[in-house]
Amino acid sequence: MGAKWLGATVKRKEDPALLTGKGHFVDDIHLPGTLHAAFVRSAHAHARIRGVDTSAARAMPGVHLVLTFADLPQPLRTNSLPLLVPHPAITQGFMPYALASNEASYAGEPLAVVVADSRYIAEDAAALVAVDYEPLPAVCDCVAAIEPVSPVAHANASSNIAAQFTVNHGDCHAAFADAPHVFGERIFLHRGGAFFMECRGIVATHDAVLDAFTIYLSSQGSHRIKRAMLDVLDLHDNQMRVITPDVGGGFGPKGAFYPEYPTIAVSAKLLGRPVKWIEDRHENFLATHQERDQCWDVEIAVDGEAKIRGLRGRLIHDAGAFVPWGIVLPWIAATTVPGPYVLPNYKMDIVVALTNKISTTPVRGAGRPQGVFVMERLMDRVARELELDPAEVRRRNFIMPEQMPYQVGIIFRDGRPVIYDSGDYPASQTKALEAADYAGFAARQAEARRQGRYLGIGISNSVEGTGLGPYEGATVRISETGKVVVYTGATPQGQSHKTTLAQIAADSLGISYEDVTVATADTANIAFGMGSFAARTAVNAGSSVHLAAVAVAEKIRQVAGEMMEVSPGDLELREGFAQVRGVPGLRRSFREIAVKAVGMPGFSMAGGLPPGLENTAYFTPEQSTYANGTHIAEVEVDIETGQVSILRYTVLHDCGRMINPAVVYGQVVGGVAHGVGNALFERLVYDDHAQPLSVNFGDYFLPLATDVPHVDVHHTETPSPLNPLGLKGAGEGGTIAAIAAIIAAVENALSPFGVTIAEAPISPQRIVELLGDAALGRTR
Amino acid sequence: MTDTRHLKLRVNDREYERVVETRLTLADFLRHEIGLTGTHVGCEHGVCGACTVLVEGRSCRSCLLLAVQAHGREIRTVEGLAAADGTLSPLQQAFWETHALQCGFCIPGVLMTLTELLAANQTPSEAEIRERITGNICRCTGYQSIIEATLLAAERLRQGREVA
Amino acid sequence: MKPASFTYHDPVSIGDVADLLCRHENARLLAGGQSLMPMMNFRLVTPDHLIDLNRVEGLAGIETRGNVLRFGAMTRQRDIELSAQVKQFCPVMQEALRHVGHCQTRNRGTIGGSLCHLDPSAELVNITALHDGTLHAASRRGARRLEFTEFATGYMSNALEPDELLVAVGLTPWSPHHGYAFVEVARRLGDYAIVGVSAQVELDRHGAIRRAALAISGLETTPVRPALAERGLLGQEPSPAIFRAAAAEVGKLGAMSDAYVTAAYRQHLGRILTYRALERAVARSYERMKV
Repeated sequence: MGAKWLGATVKRKEDPALLTGKGHFVDDIHLPGTLHAAFVRSAHAHARIRGVDTSAARAMPGVHLVLTFADLPQPLRTNSLPLLVPHPAITQGFMPYALASNEASYAGEPLAVVVADSRYIAEDAAALVAVDYEPLPAVCDCVAAIEPVSPVAHANASSNIAAQFTVNHGDCHAAFADAPHVFGERIFLHRGGAFFMECRGIVATHDAVLDAFTIYLSSQGSHRIKRAMLDVLDLHDNQMRVITPDVGGGFGPKGAFYPEYPTIAVSAKLLGRPVKWIEDRHENFLATHQERDQCWDVEIAVDGEAKIRGLRGRLIHDAGAFVPWGIVLPWIAATTVPGPYVLPNYKMDIVVALTNKISTTPVRGAGRPQGVFVMERLMDRVARELELDPAEVRRRNFIMPEQMPYQVGIIFRDGRPVIYDSGDYPASQTKALEAADYAGFAARQAEARRQGRYLGIGISNSVEGTGLGPYEGATVRISETGKVVVYTGATPQGQSHKTTLAQIAADSLGISYEDVTVATADTANIAFGMGSFAARTAVNAGSSVHLAAVAVAEKIRQVAGEMMEVSPGDLELREGFAQVRGVPGLRRSFREIAVKAVGMPGFSMAGGLPPGLENTAYFTPEQSTYANGTHIAEVEVDIETGQVSILRYTVLHDCGRMINPAVVYGQVVGGVAHGVGNALFERLVYDDHAQPLSVNFGDYFLPLATDVPHVDVHHTETPSPLNPLGLKGAGEGGTIAAIAAIIAAVENALSPFGVTIAEAPISPQRIVELLGDAALGRTR
Repeated sequence: MTDTRHLKLRVNDREYERVVETRLTLADFLRHEIGLTGTHVGCEHGVCGACTVLVEGRSCRSCLLLAVQAHGREIRTVEGLAAADGTLSPLQQAFWETHALQCGFCIPGVLMTLTELLAANQTPSEAEIRERITGNICRCTGYQSIIEATLLAAERLRQGREVA
Repeated sequence: MKPASFTYHDPVSIGDVADLLCRHENARLLAGGQSLMPMMNFRLVTPDHLIDLNRVEGLAGIETRGNVLRFGAMTRQRDIELSAQVKQFCPVMQEALRHVGHCQTRNRGTIGGSLCHLDPSAELVNITALHDGTLHAASRRGARRLEFTEFATGYMSNALEPDELLVAVGLTPWSPHHGYAFVEVARRLGDYAIVGVSAQVELDRHGAIRRAALAISGLETTPVRPALAERGLLGQEPSPAIFRAAAAEVGKLGAMSDAYVTAAYRQHLGRILTYRALERAVARSYERMKV
């Protein structure tokens, strides 16, 4: 079967509906009788809750239900929310209840819910709920949090350390002992968030006849949400159906399980009516998980030729008040540090600190941008100290393509050793440098300086484990109408899965991708699923769709062969028919074959085959498959105001075989936009009492169209050897290397002034501070 | 005691009449009273632009307008861009062809903003397009393909002299 | 983020507005809504009465009355941006407007709303201060004129009485060949300025500065007219040294600070942007004198 659709840039199947306003996001769902919820949220980052008076709220006309923790039906008063990724290193794995009972641990933690005729009325009533707080000392800084004198983030905690573990291989002690050069840095990554355009939301219904829930949720994984709901509500598998409709961006936090969800579900059951809760943007700033917020103390040992001998240090990671994703985030960050470089000795001690802020869980890049930032800052430090070209320092340390598969020596968060399966890192950098006209930069920079302007260039290389297991299944089914449908647990939020998975299925079935419907994220349609995050869907679901479609194609030929009394091998699939090769008139339609495959009472199944023209496959990868990229940023810094413009941005990206190049391009450019935000704009500010100060889009800056540069994207395709189609993930690569490249470029622009930068994001104000008198410029 | 008003307005060339609470925003009216859910709500404080509609041809944030303020006015939403027979507007068609959307949530607002731009200016530069859509935040695309789509649509409009 | 309940009024005349303001306590005037509605959606502001000005006759429009350029309070920012009269008589206002929010907000936002709101970094407030604008208020008790310095009393506070509304603002244009500039630093296009500086100059026929004005927003709660810096420019021939001197004077002024922006950075920007604004204003006056 020729690959007609794999690799083709075809228009998306999702677009006609989205372009005409006919999408179905959760708030677009209007079920008859729906009531609307609003939450009462803790005003304090840390407080004892001595009492909650809901009498005025209950009395308001239009209010149907008010619940506090004490009113929650069992088992919600016994079961806290599940810790989704447990690990033995976690010693204090605090998890919240659906509503806070006697202690609030972050500002915005839900402690009561109001359900009313409208959201307007629900908010009116919520404002009348009176909470008696006893404020407690709040922990707001992860570095201070682990000092013995720090107050505790949870009243019954012994400390603020949720977990401690080490990622290491080799012998750093020896490597550092006699290294010619050792350079240390303290590196900060400041808190930020995903800030999808569509806030979270849920519509819950309960069927009293079946005693089963149906939940519509804006999520990144219907099946994971279902399992968490079953867990926290003590339900059986047939009592919960989760459907994720159109999702307006996810980027990680919508993959988590939040306390609002079981509360809304039980509200629907108590009221016997659908209940809808849509997070508003203010809540989104308080109650949706955030990320970054790390302090790294690291040092690198190199020899006289700038070859790395070892890297070691300590990461203090701010987990927030609860640890729903365990230690995944800092683990990914720490195992990303080695990158595409030979790192013979490595030791990173990680302390996961509890604070009175909302939890940190993966946001696009999932800790990898942080790990890349650390390594790339150190590489630039080495280059500066040894007076070498930063590109050359990297060249001297690359893992070479002939060393693939390359054992890094550490364990990834999936429990498997980190083994880079494929990729040509030196070639990536070379191509990127050429595309960015790196060779001509010195002249550009010099010319600009003559005009009193300051240009800088920055390089960043990253390696990304994609296609994380354990699986994402797919059922390919041809119904008796002859229509082809693919069911999968993949849960898209803009990644174009309904198009790319159709492309894969279409190739094996000899039809147009337009004739394949991909139905995602409904737990009723396929038994097992994981969800779309961590750049895993193309590899896992794509491979499953391929395997299932190949199996269905084979079955089509077998059944049709029986029907036409020809050998299956003589049949080819074309435009919805199985036809005899070279004899176009001799054929059967998918519809006819499907009807035959369903069987008729009294007649044997064709060829003794099981019924149905369908197949379900769960592709299980042995390990992650490693994509890689090189980013080159060229910036201008206005040294008088500190403002940064990105003049040129080049990406060399290798995500293996591309299913749809336009989709990959969009993912890369969109990923770079997140990186621009992380490097220059996005910082969530808290006060000393862990009270969030950045609580709206006026305080927190998302990159606008005048902030994101034109991105020049170049692709290389090094197919993965680990799945049938050679795919690797593409969703995060644009972000992962971006922070490092941009910060490096800013530092390079400011090098005449001796400014160095070891934090992200960096603001114009901070740049002016670092420049000191030099920022006076012409006013001096 | 809720404060209500009788409201009559035209949306996408069709007349609607309702009695509404005076505090109901235009965005909520469109989405929940008359079933036009294409206009999206992203922030409710006038920054993200997802709720952008055209009020008498001018782009506005419908989260910052009360429904009652639209009494007697002409509103156009994303549902009113395609032709009656379903043919996409040149701008919508260009968005489809250049992969200018991913999750699609910001797109109705973006389309309304750019429809206003192209109605007044059929030769926008890339810089002008970027400046105009600073009032619409996209978290998925990085804006590049949106700009390509707009330039493509502008070119087609110049050639065909059609309405955006 | 839904607003709390209120009683809605949509008067059609200035007199009706004045009556409503007399009759009702805890009332707010709704102009463009781009500042008030977010505050109401956040429930930071919960008026019992909302008086919508958008259907009031005679409140919008741009006209020259004698030597004064007069803006009705409800004139949309977008209309000012596109106005030929403003281009001719007060071009600095159009340069400033390019930084005011976005097209969607300027389609609704009004000059009167911006002035009454008095955000410390508001560009239109800055331009009004630059021109020593006059504000016209009306109430049942009659009409009242306020100079800008009387009108802006403090942090987002104006001198209007509870029963008064702003009906117009008047600016006296400078001579036809004046040089002008507005520059600001904001995090992104359309964001509130951290610091914004407007400058206007008129040169005499020997090329010396015979008139100069600077207005600095973002240092204090209202725009500052730096008297020493302005006086220092008079009689001088423009040069980098002159710009530096004015910038240094502005750099000495005090500034606010908050969780995001330090006083030191504001002061620094005041200095930098004063230099740039003067440089550009002077360059423009040369261009315009040549024509």
